[in-house]
Amino acid sequence: MSLLSLFVLIPLLMLLGLWMAQGMKQIRAVMVTGASLLLGLSFVVLGGYLSERAAGNTAEMLFMADTMWFAPLNIHYAVGVDGISVAMLILSSLIVFTGVFASWKMDPMPKEFFLWFCLLSVGVFGFFISIDLFTMFMFYEVALIPMYLLIGVWGTGKKEYAAMKLTLMLMGGSALLLVGILGIYFHSAPEGGTYTMNILEIAQNQMPIGAQRLFFPLTFVGFGVLGALFPFHTWSPDGHASAPTSVSMLHAGVLMKLGGYGCFRVAIFLMPEAAQELSWIFLLLTGISVVYGAFSACVQTDLKYINAYSSVSHCGLVLFAILMLNQTAMTGAVMQMLSHGLMTALFFALIGMIYGRTHTRDIREMGGLMKIMPFLGVGYVIAGLASLGLPGLSGFVAEMTVFVGSFQHDDTFHRVLTIVATTSIVITAVYILRVVGKLLYGSVVNQNHLALTDATWFERVAVVVLIAAIVAIGVAPLWISNMIGGSLAPVVEQLLK
Amino acid sequence: MSMEYAVLILLLPLVTFLLLGLVGTRFSARTAGLIGSGVLAVVACLAYVTAWNYFSMPRVEGVRVPVVPLNFEWLHFTDQLHIDLGILLDPISVMMLVVITTVSLMVHLYSLGYMKGERGFQRYYAFLSLFTFSMLGLVVATNIFQTYIFWELVGVSSYLLIGFYYTKPEAVAASKKAFIVTRFADLGFLIGILLLSYFTGTFSFERLTSGDASVFADAAGVTFLGGSVIAWAVALIFIGCAGKSAMFPLHIWLPDAMEGPTPVSALIHAATMVVAGVYLVARLFPVYFFQAPEVLVMIAVVGAFTSLYAAVVACVQTDIKRVLAFSTISQIGFMMVALGVSGMEGHEGLGYMASMFHLFTHAMFKALLFLGAGAIIHAVHSNEMKYMGGLRRQMPITHLTFLIACLAISGIPPFSGFFSKDEILAACFEFSPWMGGIMSFIAALTAFYMFRLYYNIFWAQPAVHEPGHEPHEAPANMTIPLVILAAISCVAGFIPFGHFVSADGQSLTTHLEGSVAVTSVVIACVAIGIATVLYRKGTNPVPAHLAERFKGLHKAAYHRFYIDEFYQFVTHRIIFRYISRPIAWFDRHVIDGALNGLAWSAQRLSYAIRGLQSGQIQQYAYVFLLGTLIIVVLVLWV
Amino acid sequence: MEIRLEYYLIISTIMLFAGIYGFITRRNLLAVLISVELMLNSVDINFAAFNRYLFPDAMEGFFFALFAIGVSAAETAVAIAITINIYRNIRNIQVHHLDTMKH
Repeated sequence: MSLLSLFVLIPLLMLLGLWMAQGMKQIRAVMVTGASLLLGLSFVVLGGYLSERAAGNTAEMLFMADTMWFAPLNIHYAVGVDGISVAMLILSSLIVFTGVFASWKMDPMPKEFFLWFCLLSVGVFGFFISIDLFTMFMFYEVALIPMYLLIGVWGTGKKEYAAMKLTLMLMGGSALLLVGILGIYFHSAPEGGTYTMNILEIAQNQMPIGAQRLFFPLTFVGFGVLGALFPFHTWSPDGHASAPTSVSMLHAGVLMKLGGYGCFRVAIFLMPEAAQELSWIFLLLTGISVVYGAFSACVQTDLKYINAYSSVSHCGLVLFAILMLNQTAMTGAVMQMLSHGLMTALFFALIGMIYGRTHTRDIREMGGLMKIMPFLGVGYVIAGLASLGLPGLSGFVAEMTVFVGSFQHDDTFHRVLTIVATTSIVITAVYILRVVGKLLYGSVVNQNHLALTDATWFERVAVVVLIAAIVAIGVAPLWISNMIGGSLAPVVEQLLK
Repeated sequence: MSMEYAVLILLLPLVTFLLLGLVGTRFSARTAGLIGSGVLAVVACLAYVTAWNYFSMPRVEGVRVPVVPLNFEWLHFTDQLHIDLGILLDPISVMMLVVITTVSLMVHLYSLGYMKGERGFQRYYAFLSLFTFSMLGLVVATNIFQTYIFWELVGVSSYLLIGFYYTKPEAVAASKKAFIVTRFADLGFLIGILLLSYFTGTFSFERLTSGDASVFADAAGVTFLGGSVIAWAVALIFIGCAGKSAMFPLHIWLPDAMEGPTPVSALIHAATMVVAGVYLVARLFPVYFFQAPEVLVMIAVVGAFTSLYAAVVACVQTDIKRVLAFSTISQIGFMMVALGVSGMEGHEGLGYMASMFHLFTHAMFKALLFLGAGAIIHAVHSNEMKYMGGLRRQMPITHLTFLIACLAISGIPPFSGFFSKDEILAACFEFSPWMGGIMSFIAALTAFYMFRLYYNIFWAQPAVHEPGHEPHEAPANMTIPLVILAAISCVAGFIPFGHFVSADGQSLTTHLEGSVAVTSVVIACVAIGIATVLYRKGTNPVPAHLAERFKGLHKAAYHRFYIDEFYQFVTHRIIFRYISRPIAWFDRHVIDGALNGLAWSAQRLSYAIRGLQSGQIQQYAYVFLLGTLIIVVLVLWV
Repeated sequence: MEIRLEYYLIISTIMLFAGIYGFITRRNLLAVLISVELMLNSVDINFAAFNRYLFPDAMEGFFFALFAIGVSAAETAVAIAITINIYRNIRNIQVHHLDTMKH
């Protein structure tokens, strides 16, 4: 039993516990215990990872375990982590943990809600630890399907439409992805020998360039749909707007990162030559995402739409940086995933809490909330400042690494695109300050809001944990950037070959 | 000499910020204020000790060498490029430490009285500490990226403090405007950093300003639109400076920033943050001078134009804080011009030295003016001149200190402004008589509008006040800072500044340029005389006549030549209406519409083909049979 | 006269096409059912005939024919039961009326 498999096992046990739990108290007990265990486990893995690396272990992946699963197709259950996966695991466990607190008063059908929630976690954690393409794809699907029910049943507004749209678009992406993965599988042994699904082996074998050219776009777009790649991002505003709080958190915070992580781990790592050749197309698309998402966010009036478009912009930056194909920019991309995951989860948590009180998300109908709910107000301002890249919070570190890294590219085209992408920091400031100004400052618009209360203790837990993580990364980024950068070195070597 | 204790100068305000920010509400307002002020007093003392130690260090080959007591890697990009956080002590940063801590301490003390009874007193002190921390971090930065980090942090502290009265819509709008305008300028700064670091492979000030041409070797021959790439980079960095220092056309946020509490205006928008741009140009001066002299000329022109523009606008404003705000813009223009016309070696570097000197003296007397204005506003509860007048009797201390500051800014000896401004004018005349002439004219305008302000507040016709609301002198904790700053403004001019700060690090001895000094004093006296005639009594009809005569010009100047309206037009019309809205529409209707259209056409298609599934079993069998026959035919004959 | 294999095959082919024709053209469900029986029986004849003429030593063809007769009997029983139920529901066993399951 490897350490990593616990990441899948714990949510499964939580499922079992939930099945037996009776009453809200027991459900909460199961969820909090499980989520805390996951959080603890992710820190144990982090500690283990760092100490192994410090001890001079230079293997590409650590904590590897491998079990044959389906021999005729050479499918394994193979797990292993490098610095990037560790970062993603911490992110996921933090967001699962805070998501539990953010949905403390889930109603109706809390048990069913948390069952799907746990299943989603199984998929997410499984995806990040897998190094076998098939297992990875399976966990990917496991993570996507519960989303349909979570939004369709527990959502608000046009929830059926949003759930259907989200699922169909992501399934469309999965279809491309499946073709891509099969293509990779059947070209995984160019010099004879058995086909393999193991990522490390495929990377060693080097796929033929013709196959790469064909399957790189399929895989990249397949994962890119989840990473909100323009023009396949429109599930994001509707999906986020309709999803319940903790689902929005998990979705924007973690699931969208599956896209970025997959693009990097599968598309670029396995097909570096095609990535070099074709990156310009996707760079243009992601460059558009970055600026376009930010501009769109400027005129939205629904809090969640603003945040969804802002996610399009920020996740666009992730893919943008990955496509720059150098170590600094890619480090920045992973940090941006981490940072965006945390701050967008914080945003969605706060929006959910505000919505739960005011029953509206339209910024025109709210105002002066800072005075009424100072805790939530301050949290919102901090999230906003993180989003617009204030030094000392995680957004700055990530964005600057991306910009500096991208600008080190020798090609003028890439540098010009970087400059275009940097303009987003101004537009981000515009829409963040617009929202903060309208929502929190000024005079109270609706007199009924005067009677509202500030955050409860469980809401405070969620908010404080997320803010602490954002500040921790923002103040002391060196270790995490070194951890990620170190793991990227072999990838970059692969690219240069 | 070890100067590790300098790190405390940064850490103490940070700790105060965290303490007051997190648990500030547990303290009473008074305790919070005292904690903030007490810590800042310690910090100020540390800064003075640092200055003493630094300037008493022996020179190396006649040059003051920088000291770096602390420098560690904060974020790693590539082997060459990494953000370090550290402390760089050199003449200008030490000078800035003294300025910032002094003004900040005065403002902390003053605020104890001024902000008494305000809601959010603890928050106010927390933000002040945050600002002080950020500003100190900015000036001691060892590399340009550290500057950028703290540059953003001062920006956000300024945002928070301008919007301190967050229930007031004007304050919210002003804070937003200040942040976004400076953010826009910072975009230039960031791109400049990216360009500079790409070609030089370093962020470090030490490498960049070493004068070593090999640092810029990679950029040789790279040009863009006729300018060398380094010139472009530093020009972009100057855009950042122009945003922070409110240079035309990025000055629009500063007058609005006066919506913040007055002590904040004194600290941030008069003495410290707004001169950060000047400071950064000075910090990168060798790069400008050796690599991009054409940009220096541009800086001089921008500075001169801004200075003239702001001085003209200041002449017709009626809100006393706005007059001071435009005066600040104008004076920063002076500093920029001085840098722009400066050279490097020996006496050539007079402009650089004069700029820093003016920065120093201006910080003191402008803080004094703002704090004085704060005391007046505190007394009459209004910013408008028409509610003032004749206050010299009710507020003697404020009156006296305000007068000293007015004389200092007008350039009347022996007050500090005379010396620094005189050196700037001398440097300008050396650069070109035209520049000298223009700057002298602006100096005259300065004297005129400052005394217009002075007479309107303290002389003229006393405004009618409601009984029981007569203006009265401010409490002691507000007047003491005024007196201290006034004392500094009286004596600061006699500091042999060139001995401490100069462009090349050598000692620069200055002497009064007789002709320039006499001319400028005469001009200033004439301007003050005109102001006296026009405004002392408050009954002279000439100003009103003039305003009537040049109605168009007066109105345009009063509305700041419609620059704000232009920006309003650009942002609301162009960005919101013609960019954001179409993009949002495009997203909803074209991209999303295409996807919905795809779903719709899939649905239509399935409706269309379901007719084939008629339910008539015999029809199926018929098709089946035909199909079989076709296959048979194909198999047999094809 | 010798009875040759072809005669059987001709008979069964005629039966098969008669069945197909009936299946496609008849309107009455029972007639359709009878047509199906015709087709099945034509196949049974083939089984038996092939067995008898081509592999006289083996018995599989006869068995299969018997088996098919059994299955078709069962199938007819089910089909008639369905028909009766349809009749009970819609009072009609005309094939072209039975399209409620379309769409």
